[in-house]
Amino acid sequence: MSTVAASGSIRRRLTLQLAAIAVLLSVAFFLIVRGVAEQAAGQTQDQILAASATSIADALRSEKGQVQLELPYSALSMLGSVSEDRVFYRVAIAGRTLTGYDDLPLPALPEATGEPVFATFDYRGEPVRSVTLSRNVSIGERPVEAVISVAQTRLFLGAIRARTSTIAAAVGLAFFAVAVSLSLWAAHSALRPLERLALSVTRRGPKDLRPLRAETPAELVPLVAALNNFMERLRASLARSEDFIAEAAHRVRTPLATLRTQAEIAYRRVERPENRAALKEMILAIDESSRSAGQLLDHAMVTFRTDHLETEQLDLGELACDTRNRLEPTAELKDIGLELELPDAPALFEGDPILLENALRNIVDNAIKYSPPDSLVRIALHICGGDYVIGVCDEGRGFGTGDLRRMTRRFSRGTNVEDIVGSGLGLTIADEVARAHGGRLELARNKGGKGACVSLVLPRP
Amino acid sequence: MRYLLVEDNERLARAIVTRLTLDGHAIDHAPDLETARDCIAGTSYDLILLDIMLPDGDGRGFLEEQRRKEGTTPVIVLTARSEVSDRVGMLDLGADDYITKPFDFSELEARCRAVLRRQGGAARNEKSYRGVVLDSLAGTLTIGRRRERLRNRELRLCEVFFAAPGRIFSKPHLMDRLFSFSEEVSENAIEVYVGRLRKKLEGSGVRIETVRGLGYRLVGEK
Repeated sequence: MSTVAASGSIRRRLTLQLAAIAVLLSVAFFLIVRGVAEQAAGQTQDQILAASATSIADALRSEKGQVQLELPYSALSMLGSVSEDRVFYRVAIAGRTLTGYDDLPLPALPEATGEPVFATFDYRGEPVRSVTLSRNVSIGERPVEAVISVAQTRLFLGAIRARTSTIAAAVGLAFFAVAVSLSLWAAHSALRPLERLALSVTRRGPKDLRPLRAETPAELVPLVAALNNFMERLRASLARSEDFIAEAAHRVRTPLATLRTQAEIAYRRVERPENRAALKEMILAIDESSRSAGQLLDHAMVTFRTDHLETEQLDLGELACDTRNRLEPTAELKDIGLELELPDAPALFEGDPILLENALRNIVDNAIKYSPPDSLVRIALHICGGDYVIGVCDEGRGFGTGDLRRMTRRFSRGTNVEDIVGSGLGLTIADEVARAHGGRLELARNKGGKGACVSLVLPRP
Repeated sequence: MRYLLVEDNERLARAIVTRLTLDGHAIDHAPDLETARDCIAGTSYDLILLDIMLPDGDGRGFLEEQRRKEGTTPVIVLTARSEVSDRVGMLDLGADDYITKPFDFSELEARCRAVLRRQGGAARNEKSYRGVVLDSLAGTLTIGRRRERLRNRELRLCEVFFAAPGRIFSKPHLMDRLFSFSEEVSENAIEVYVGRLRKKLEGSGVRIETVRGLGYRLVGEK
């Protein structure tokens, strides 16, 4: 199974993006709440300051050619009622301070409109908010401009800002926490159809190439459609390659069969030894090429099937018995006995019957091929610890002096077999089948000195 | 024995017919399934050799059809396809055996014998000469009340002699019948099998005579 390198995770990206949005929203919320609260508090102060200045202005009277002022108590107490902030005031008549703080700055008033003018500045080391308004007071026939200014420090505003900041921050954090967990959940639920899809593809059998029919969200339809299209093409291509193998075999083998049969007929009819020898060489060459073609095709099929192992439960004893029966006529031709030794209980194994039969047939076929006439080939199925061992031993020439491990390599043959038709693929096929089933092929020289032992070792379930 | 060969490739069919006739078998050829059905309706065969890919249908369908009709004639499938993919299906459908093209005719004969033997004597194939009975399927020689079991090569040698008693068979001819092409054997090897057969025929009134320079023949005792 090949692994795919993941380039980032959709879940993580989605979560991070949603969380980033949540952060932005939280900060905006915090800023807006604090701004609105500050503004509301500032407006309140302004209104009270204006009311206070207006009530002072209303208390101005003209008496004996002088402007008189009796500071109304309520004018300053209304300011005090809101907070502990300090209050400053100044009333100036025609630029001369009538009462209050001499140094309280008076902003320039545009015209004597009576509209209050607000200003913020530092006074006596503290930021203050002031309101200034002018009022014309008549002294006799002459109107005099009276300027009234009331200022208050902004401690209260700071307190409000601090309090609203705390609350806004707390609410913002809570919002952030909720938003992040919601985004986690959203990412998870958005990706669930994808996971379901992946699961339904993984759960399929290796040969199941039917199109996916599961419910699919609209966004995944293109992906599923592409997947189905791909599976369809794969199925067509697999079918084509199977057909091709079958067709190739047919095309190659039918003319070879004609050739071989005609050669045999000719061999039977000619008398001269040199002609007979030539025909015999020809028949051997035909056998070699047909055997190679057959085993190459078998090998292709085996490779194809080991990639798509179709397992079912089978009895290895029965398999060995079938193989023996199948090859008995071949063995009989050389008066070779095929002996079969099976355990009493069925040897149940989970495997591909066609592959296993092919492997065992190749092993037994080899044994027969390399055995002398009037000898014995023993097929024995044993249980050895955690393994089933199907051993095939003959009384033939053995493996020669070469390296036994080399024998299972493709096209590799023993060092002593030049005179026998063979392709060197038989044991390779058996070895590959064994490996595909988690087992192995073991080669040994027969203990009695003569012959070879090939064992198909398969792990017991 | 009487064979029916169902094979669409003309050249191969002609070759197989000639080859089996050489061994003394009677063989009818059907190039398609329809002809094959007609043949089966008209004659009874010991064995059917069936190709799989035929112009008017799949040989597997024919096989199924025969088994449904409870035809008991054994069928050996001639397959040209990969053994891995094809064989299981064919045996499941009721073929008695299969052989992959191209094949060795001695192997085909061995498979036919095995199939007929398994079928249990429906078609007994016995030949006798002067009271000695050769049963090819059972692989036995019956000499009066004595029964001798023959090994495969002894049996095949016996069949050659019993098919034409009195005729002289040369050593090369006998070797062709006994050994496969891939076996390197000297002409003396034939003497071993003739010797074994002589031993089994002792006291039967029949013996294998050496004709100097020519070969061997089966003769009765004077």
